[in-house]
Amino acid sequence: MDPTAAKFIGAGLACFALIGAGIGIGNIFGNYLSGALRNPSAAPGQFTNLLIGFALAEATGLFGLLIALIILFG
Amino acid sequence: MATGAAEGAHGPMHQFEINRLAEFEIFGIDASFTNSSLFMVIGVALIVGFLALATNGRSLVPTRLQSVAELAYEFIANMVRENVGTAGMKYFPFVFTLFSFILAMNMLGMIPYSFTVTSHIIVTFALAALVFVVVTAIGFARHGLGYLKLFVPEGVPFWLMPLIVPIELISYLIRPISLSVRLFANMMAGHTMLKVFAGFVVSLGIFGFAPLLFTIAFTGLEFVVAFLQAFIFTVLTCIYLNDAVNMHH
Repeated sequence: MDPTAAKFIGAGLACFALIGAGIGIGNIFGNYLSGALRNPSAAPGQFTNLLIGFALAEATGLFGLLIALIILFG
Repeated sequence: MATGAAEGAHGPMHQFEINRLAEFEIFGIDASFTNSSLFMVIGVALIVGFLALATNGRSLVPTRLQSVAELAYEFIANMVRENVGTAGMKYFPFVFTLFSFILAMNMLGMIPYSFTVTSHIIVTFALAALVFVVVTAIGFARHGLGYLKLFVPEGVPFWLMPLIVPIELISYLIRPISLSVRLFANMMAGHTMLKVFAGFVVSLGIFGFAPLLFTIAFTGLEFVVAFLQAFIFTVLTCIYLNDAVNMHH
């Protein structure tokens, strides 16, 4: 296989990590919303926790994106 | 980057290019004043200028400008109090500086044809490494060698220790990487995506209005992300500070 083509395919494969990040972020916000609709008075107190969970879920996916960028430009 | 055109002056990656504005060399180290440094100076000047102007009057009933500065102060002060407790207010200046610097850098980057300092991993990694070193130093200064107990959670059976301690250690050491990569990747990916979709406006001809609308909506989202990432960086700094200051696991 052409090494350049293999490089691009590898970068694309590394981006698969973002699937997990998408599922995780969707889960967090979906669960927050359903919890917030059940008990709206408790929702604002958990907003910081929501953002922390969002940040942690996103970070794992971004590691994959970072690998892709390293493959492409590194 | 398959085509040569994408590498040109209007490619999506062009906006991240660093240009030397004035060349300096200190003991053989390239310390040139670049466009990145220029935007950092502009950002710091904006923050200092705004806060100096806003707190100039110091009236009991705040003026409009002063109440903006008070809002910013209260926002971060509450964050520190909630996450670290009153013992953490000692470190409030550090946290406030981090927040205002990152926010200013992210927001300056949203101006068309400007430069986003935080879209370079070396900048965000320097910030995250600073947080890591400061937090570790505070932890050891407050608890001495007892700070190492952070890696030994209570209530874990001893035969699990060989597994748990390395995991705790790795999750501690990976903090500067995850902190810096999150900020850098968010800013870089967002700005690249805006540029890529802006490129579609011309190439799609009459249907170019669709990517144009998307770009407008996405610019709004990018402003939210710019604020959110500054906020998340600060909240995580507070949580790490909490580990070092209070140490209950």
